[in-house]
Amino acid sequence: MSGQEFLKALPWVALLIAAVFVPFVAGPYWLSMATTMAMFVVLATSWALFSGPTHYISLATAAFFGVGTFVTGLGFQTLPFWMLPLIAAGLGGILAALVGMVTLRLSGVYFVIFTLGLAELVRQVVTWVQNQTGQRGMYVLTSITERDIYWMLLGLAALVYLAGWLIGRSKLGFALRIIGNDETVARHVGIDTALAKVALFTIPGMAAAAVGAMLAPRYIYIEPSTAFAPLLSFQVVIMALLGGTGRLWGPLAGVIPFTLLWEFITRQAPNQTLLLLGVVFLLIVYVLPGGFVGLWARIRRRFHQGGGA
Amino acid sequence: MSRTVLQVQGVTKRFGGLVAVRDMSFDVTEHQVMGIIGPNGSGKSTMINMISGLFAPSEGSIRLNGADLAGLPAHKTARLGVGRTFQLVRLLPELSVVENVVAGAVFGHRRTWGRTAELHARQLLDRVGLGGAIGLPVSSLTYIDTKRVELARALAGDPAVLLLDEWLAGLNPTELATGIDLVRSLRDEGRTIILVEHVMDAIRSLCDRCVVMSSGAKIAQGTPAEVLSDPGVIRAYLGEDEDA
Repeated sequence: MSGQEFLKALPWVALLIAAVFVPFVAGPYWLSMATTMAMFVVLATSWALFSGPTHYISLATAAFFGVGTFVTGLGFQTLPFWMLPLIAAGLGGILAALVGMVTLRLSGVYFVIFTLGLAELVRQVVTWVQNQTGQRGMYVLTSITERDIYWMLLGLAALVYLAGWLIGRSKLGFALRIIGNDETVARHVGIDTALAKVALFTIPGMAAAAVGAMLAPRYIYIEPSTAFAPLLSFQVVIMALLGGTGRLWGPLAGVIPFTLLWEFITRQAPNQTLLLLGVVFLLIVYVLPGGFVGLWARIRRRFHQGGGA
Repeated sequence: MSRTVLQVQGVTKRFGGLVAVRDMSFDVTEHQVMGIIGPNGSGKSTMINMISGLFAPSEGSIRLNGADLAGLPAHKTARLGVGRTFQLVRLLPELSVVENVVAGAVFGHRRTWGRTAELHARQLLDRVGLGGAIGLPVSSLTYIDTKRVELARALAGDPAVLLLDEWLAGLNPTELATGIDLVRSLRDEGRTIILVEHVMDAIRSLCDRCVVMSSGAKIAQGTPAEVLSDPGVIRAYLGEDEDA
């Protein structure tokens, strides 16, 4: 790492260290908000690592997340807790690779529909298995506290940022930008486009499954309809797009205001949340194309032009 | 006698019941500029697309320095040494001009990365005459400059054979002269080039040999002067002589 890059990374490292101390100053309400934010930071940032450069909109987050919660639900009594997110990440990665191999040859719209269907498919399979075995939901009663969950998620977020930073500098990251611009060109300059896409698609798969495994104790009782709730996939997409996918910090800039807004909406208008969510989504698309990242770029450009004139 | 670089043998391509290319065979030797010409719809682009791996031939073989390209996907033909431009220019709009060229140097036939790749790209942009416009966004390039960037990208992998699919089409007369000079300079530095072209001036002044296609089949082969005076070729372009 060069000196300049180190200086650039410094504020982010400082931010991370500050985030570590949140549980010591925040009350239960704000700790819970911070945990939710950390969860969405991991989900939206890892989502954007793949969907940002390739422009493939994945609605599979809920599928991976649900798999993760069930890993914890099934394993927390027999295995040490630290192993569960690792196992979940492994399964999530394998599931993502399988799905990627089947679907990433599809063009945009078909991919979106397939990934949306995937969460539903996995949910139905789990429900069916539970019906066969006479189970309903599962209780996840552990000694894991909200603080522990928050710190685990924070660590995972740091890992996702590190992965994103490394990929951005790698040939794989460059290959994905080319694929996102023109896949025919990508093939003709020698990129194995299918392999590159599958490789990157495993990252949001692993991250979302690990998040699910870490969060399961928070829910206490898990069942397929909540673990695989499709709403989660949409929330992640909206937050990532609100922030913007062009930069690594983009999704973070979307997660914080959106989580606060969501909290406000669900309190003030519990029956109209989905309606308001839709309105917010339309506003983002029409008013903020490119999200806050795009806005920031426009402001900077205007500033530079103004300075030059 | 120079070495054969590309050997096309008995290549046929069917799309359902339509035979787009029928039993094509030709050789391209090293440092040669081979023209593929013919009326619209005669199968020239399909032929090029089979060499670059966009389509797989239904029959026949395409050998590049001994390796069979027939049926290989485009990323493999690129790694084996096929570089190309597209009939409708394809640039990467969100990337800078330099990155557009670096794209051709990282994953293909000859590979570099980082500073070396960027320097290489800048040299190639100079080479194709785009030195001044390097800092511009891709969207503000003139038409001929977009073609220059695409050419530089194709050259960046140092291809064993360079496919130019109507690279000179759509240029105004001044640009055309510049374009012809540029392709000629590539020939002079020893590149092996296949040129699909409609512009007769370009064919006459650039091609060492030509293959003429009509309705998917080869109807003539030889030097530009030979094929352009061939009665069969004239008939294919102008139709039957029906006056009496």
